[in-house]
Amino acid sequence: MWYHSVRVDRRKCVGCTNCIKRCLTQAIRVQNGKARIMDNLCVDCGECLIACPHGAMVTAMSSTAQLTSFRYNIAIPSPVLYSQFKGLWDIEFVSEGLKSLGFDYVYEEAKAAEIVAEATRDYLLGGMAMTPSISTFCPVVVRLIQQEYPTLVDNLIPIEAPIEVAARIAKQEFCKSEGVSPEDVGVFHISPCAARMTSSKKPVGCTKSAINGVISIMEVYGDLARFIGRAEGEKPIMRAPRAGAYGVGTGMSGGVGIATGTSRYLAVDGMNNLVSCLEEIENGKLSDILFLELSACDCGCVGGPLTFEYPYVAKNRLRRIANSLPRYDFGSDKYITDHKTKEFVGLEHPFSPKPVQRMGDDLVTAARNMEKAEQILKDLPGLDCGSCGSPSCRTLAEDIVKGTAIEMDCIFIMRDKIRHMAQEMIELADAHRRG
Amino acid sequence: MQEEITLEPVLKETCHVTKGDFASAGSVSSGFKRKAKQLGLDTSLIRMLAIAAYESELNLVIHSLGGDLTMEIYTDRIALISEDRGPGIPNIELAMQEGWSTAPEDIRALGFGAGMGLPNMKRQADNFSITSAPEGTKIKMEFVLK
Repeated sequence: MWYHSVRVDRRKCVGCTNCIKRCLTQAIRVQNGKARIMDNLCVDCGECLIACPHGAMVTAMSSTAQLTSFRYNIAIPSPVLYSQFKGLWDIEFVSEGLKSLGFDYVYEEAKAAEIVAEATRDYLLGGMAMTPSISTFCPVVVRLIQQEYPTLVDNLIPIEAPIEVAARIAKQEFCKSEGVSPEDVGVFHISPCAARMTSSKKPVGCTKSAINGVISIMEVYGDLARFIGRAEGEKPIMRAPRAGAYGVGTGMSGGVGIATGTSRYLAVDGMNNLVSCLEEIENGKLSDILFLELSACDCGCVGGPLTFEYPYVAKNRLRRIANSLPRYDFGSDKYITDHKTKEFVGLEHPFSPKPVQRMGDDLVTAARNMEKAEQILKDLPGLDCGSCGSPSCRTLAEDIVKGTAIEMDCIFIMRDKIRHMAQEMIELADAHRRG
Repeated sequence: MQEEITLEPVLKETCHVTKGDFASAGSVSSGFKRKAKQLGLDTSLIRMLAIAAYESELNLVIHSLGGDLTMEIYTDRIALISEDRGPGIPNIELAMQEGWSTAPEDIRALGFGAGMGLPNMKRQADNFSITSAPEGTKIKMEFVLK
């Protein structure tokens, strides 16, 4: 029922509690010395992966080995891929490098980003948008809102993410030009993002994703770096339509807003910033912002967990690459206007709220449990140390009510109990001596 | 089977709001919102409650001498009550007009005091009542579960 790409490697986990305090949905607990991620609360943001000092948080991604499952393979690289290589002077070398790994066709996610930006612009200017309208590029943002901020589901822009759009277009274009059937074609995204793997297995806006697999940038980095290093001579020719400055720029925070071409936009990146921003919107703030670009990763997608390069260096490189590319006028570009149709950018069904009932299935039970938790909380030390395996004293109190933890899990309560018992033993020994 | 309509709230919480405490402004309404979410209430109801609670809290911080914000959750409705110690609203009719603001200049410089608080709250709520005297102002809003 659940699929999450971020998982615990129990062989490496030492139960240190760094991850439980970093998780923004309190989805992790340490029990019996090992971390455990609760499926119904995880949004695949990868914060735990970054927090873990033992490399015990791993991602379950596709690999290039899976290319053999299909007769033909299409690669859809994220623009972040371009930013990973020192001395890359032409994106087409990345494309040729991917072909050397076994791909038959390369379609840039950045091109689809331009199509999505234009469709988004139409939506924002159409008068039906609920402000602030939130971009759906980032799969973590969509899931975080559905689960933790369900009141904001209607603010999500009803347009598919560029990767899904790219997969649909690329598959169609390739099958048409090569005269092959879609079942024989594998579409693989080369991604900085673990959450993208989850969204391809369990998509939100459609029943089945057009993406067959998501390969980590880390996996192909070595081979591509060697290929690009050796590349020389004539510039290779790329068959697919090229993305311009705006499309490539979407790999960095702020790039999507620029591509959409509206001045009333705000870009927020990083999970903590994102959470505060969403809280503010719920309070009625930011309604004068038309377009809100939210990225779970610091600096945007260049800061994704599956990248090789330091995000700020990658961001700088991406900006230079983007500046060397043409700035297309989307409104008059035939390719873009032809592809911003419902068939490619539309959702199959609207985004729905998916709140998790943490304290009870109905109102009265939940209220009763919350009251019980408040009472238990009064007996807890209030240190939020995490030693019990829950991220805070409040969550421990809630876990106790739900029956997944006991008061004795709190080491301070246990220490007091032992002290009390030791005192009783001393008194007993005294009484025994006197008697 | 008829659903039991309780006269007692399923959950009740009262928090104090201090005059001029901008650092904490919003923390009470955030707490109410978190509890309402945990109870699994209808999302549109939570949205209205969140905005009304935030506006009420800000009003207490900016205009009052200090007061209490209370949230009462019943099986069929949510009540939000704001009660302060003064100085009172001299002309309630004017206060309920959109755009009318008595916020001092320093507050308006911070971006508050647009004069939209009370009319906004009345618009959002299913039931709205306001009484005021120099000894204090009491505002009661109810949001009905549909």
